[in-house]
Amino acid sequence: MSLATELDALTRIAGVRGALIVSPDDGLVIEESLMEGIDGRAVAALVASLAGRMRGLTLALDHPPPVLLHLEAAAGGILAAFAPSGLLVIAVTTAGVNAGQVRLELLDAAERAA
Amino acid sequence: MRTIEPWVEAPLGAFLTESAARVTLLMTASGQVVAQHGFTRSLDVMAAAALGAGILAATFELAKVMGAPPLDSVVHQGTELGIYLAAFDTPRGRWIGLVVFGPETSIGLVQLFFGRLALDLAHSAPVAEPPRQLLAEDFEGELNASLRALFGR
Repeated sequence: MSLATELDALTRIAGVRGALIVSPDDGLVIEESLMEGIDGRAVAALVASLAGRMRGLTLALDHPPPVLLHLEAAAGGILAAFAPSGLLVIAVTTAGVNAGQVRLELLDAAERAA
Repeated sequence: MRTIEPWVEAPLGAFLTESAARVTLLMTASGQVVAQHGFTRSLDVMAAAALGAGILAATFELAKVMGAPPLDSVVHQGTELGIYLAAFDTPRGRWIGLVVFGPETSIGLVQLFFGRLALDLAHSAPVAEPPRQLLAEDFEGELNASLRALFGR
């Protein structure tokens, strides 16, 4: 299954405005499927930076590395899952999205991402 | 941070804070330095400016030879340091930015905030002054003033 197909499963969920696969070390987009008006480059760079800091924090606390990040804001949210390969799979959502469904699809996509 | 043009200071300051770049050099397409952060020796600045402008000029020519559209940026990624070199248009002509960054940031963040720096500079640039005749007696004074602004001596 291609990376683009992995993202299709996410973007089909109502309330998901876009999904990306990102290289966490570089903060660069590898694959994206985004609605108009979303700056994929900015999402990739900023979420990768945040994810890196979260990883550093859990390492410093001697905890296992994080599997999923969920940021909620007034107008929407961002969920990011760490793929076993090291890639980050990110979903950009509206405020009323079914977060549980997005988490399941995101973790599934992360598991399959090469 | 040292700048020759005072209006460059605020956008460059914001870029340095947000990108966490270690060294930044802004110059014209011909390699004339406009602002710098992180260099301590003037010789290093001059060499970096000349080499950076040369690399981008070579890249433009290479793209031309290959029949490809002009390439605006070059990234050299090492294990300890990365170098991002990019050209952008300002109301004062085409400028080049050279950014050296470490593992505390990423090329994605540097590219993102460099794009914003280019936009901020385009907005902040004052209306170009009409060209005036440069007199020989002014030349040395202006050169010294520019060197003082860049290196503080």
